Amino acid sequence: MGWAIALHGGAGDIPHSLPPERRLTREACLRHCLQIGVDALTSRKSPLDVVELVVRELENNPHFNAGRGSVLTTSGTVEMEACIMDGKSMRCGAVSGLTTVVNAISLSRLVMEKTPHIYLGFKGAEAFAREQGIETVDASHFITQENVERLKQAKEANRVQVDYTQPVEKDVKRDELKPDGDSQIGTVGCVAVDSEGNLAAATSTGGLVNKMVGRIGDTPIIGAGTYANSLCAVSATGKGEAIIRGTVARDVAALMEFKGMSLQEAAALVVGDRVPKGHVGLVAVSATGEVTMPFNTTGMFRACATEDGHSEIAIWDS
Amino acid sequence: MGRGWAIVIHGGAGVDPNLPLHHQEEAKKLISRCLSIGVSALRCSLPAIDVVELVVRELESDPLFNSGRGSALTEKGTVEMEASIMDGPGRRCGAVSGLTTVKNPISLARLVMEKSPHSYLAFAGAEEFARRQGVEMVENEYFITELNKGMLKLAQEANSILFDYRVPNTGSETCGASMEKPLIMNGLPISVYAPETVGCVAVDSQGQCAAATSTGGLMNKMTGRIGDSPLIGSGTYAGNLCGVSCTGEGEAIIRGTLARDVAAVMEYKGLGLQEAVDFVVKERLDNGGKAGIIAVSRDGEVACGFNCTGMFRGLATEDGFLEVAIWD
Repeated sequence: MGWAIALHGGAGDIPHSLPPERRLTREACLRHCLQIGVDALTSRKSPLDVVELVVRELENNPHFNAGRGSVLTTSGTVEMEACIMDGKSMRCGAVSGLTTVVNAISLSRLVMEKTPHIYLGFKGAEAFAREQGIETVDASHFITQENVERLKQAKEANRVQVDYTQPVEKDVKRDELKPDGDSQIGTVGCVAVDSEGNLAAATSTGGLVNKMVGRIGDTPIIGAGTYANSLCAVSATGKGEAIIRGTVARDVAALMEFKGMSLQEAAALVVGDRVPKGHVGLVAVSATGEVTMPFNTTGMFRACATEDGHSEIAIWDS
Repeated sequence: MGRGWAIVIHGGAGVDPNLPLHHQEEAKKLISRCLSIGVSALRCSLPAIDVVELVVRELESDPLFNSGRGSALTEKGTVEMEASIMDGPGRRCGAVSGLTTVKNPISLARLVMEKSPHSYLAFAGAEEFARRQGVEMVENEYFITELNKGMLKLAQEANSILFDYRVPNTGSETCGASMEKPLIMNGLPISVYAPETVGCVAVDSQGQCAAATSTGGLMNKMTGRIGDSPLIGSGTYAGNLCGVSCTGEGEAIIRGTLARDVAAVMEYKGLGLQEAVDFVVKERLDNGGKAGIIAVSRDGEVACGFNCTGMFRGLATEDGFLEVAIWD
């Protein structure tokens, strides 16, 4: 028992050849967010507050695919989505199709707390944001040059792209390509548990590079990309369509509940069996303070810490 | 190879116990008609995925239930429809939300599944996809019925005295009998709350299961509100073992990931179909949430369960079981 926190900046085909300057900026961000989360937990903030706080930080960092730095739709626009869930009450909030809201995760929390609904999308969500007075900016704020470039490459390859997958696989030899080493990655998320066993999960994303306008992924779908109950909290990342079909986040908890598996076993099974290789990663914590961060992709930007002093920041398999 | 085909249809859970008889009869007639359509299709060996789409299209096109034409209205008096469909083999799925001009949302959900690289499209993007796919599109007014315009007004007044113009006055105020405390679902008095959804689950003679759900959503909802119907694992789910569709209080269904849980307890706890439905209704709605579930198994069984007053439903199996009902 004791508090625990885990966060991710996305799972995907992150090349080992990722240039150091790109790797170090992201590791630094993960470290920074982990510290913020740990500080919040040790000062007894609720897990719900903690996950929102950490995800806001990740959204604000332009190197991850959420908030500023979100990948672009096929029209060159940004459409963000997010979801938050409180394990104890199982209340949840989700948003999709945001274009001007600086922190999608905070809007999803407002949906949970200030409306009789769970999920608001697109114009309705934007209108609600204005009603609530949450911070909004011009849509151009979220667009980074890297993502403009990434979209261009995806269009040239005529692909919808998750992340680090090399942009062109046709005739061009891999080493002739500029390695897409600083590709944005799938999603950001955070899960936390306090020393009383209260759990929360939060996930936020810009979605897939070159996605169709109006495409919704797994992130805002309770049970797919995000889930928390009294046993565990889960935030998933990877190929949204596969995560939805595999009801990933719910299945981790269901295996614990219905088959008595441990957090580790349940998460490993879901990542190993329910979703094809190369498609998913997740972070999860249990009510008893355990942490697990499995992935079946090349890598996953991740960090975790537990009350007993263990902490880790990593990208690939150790 | 399966053990025979089976099909279940629902027209929403949470029915006003004072619903006039003629309305109840109309509902049962519609369910029977759609059930026949589904049964004929299954007898012709149409795959389950085609059957559920076919049946839900029929339900959407009829103004009686809350989907397609006859959808509940948003707070602005418009219609915003959503739907999802899932094919058990391979767990392929498709979903749509925020549709305003697409005549049959369930068919668009199927096209998302089959003709797009994604699983879920919404609002303007979904409508654009619809245009490019050439599906039938109509004006938003097509979906709006007089009945629902009246219901919207009532919903907006719902914090004050309950009044349903479809239910004749009982004159109770003169005989001193106290008015029953109104049943509430989704924050609305039961007579104003439009049961939220239609759905169909089927298993074909190959043992393949499929599920489909479609709705106009909650009466007086905020624009942009998305409920459980388009969410895979909540309102709809199909896998190797079963096909499931849910209806009722969206929040409760989402929190309880009801559709997925029916399949999960079968997979992970080895429960039978009806046991699984009963388990989920009892255990996953234990905090006051009200909902109904229909399901079929790959072995040709049918099941339903609900913890609210009534669910419009019809069930049929290859070995001759047939039932159309509303109440317990």
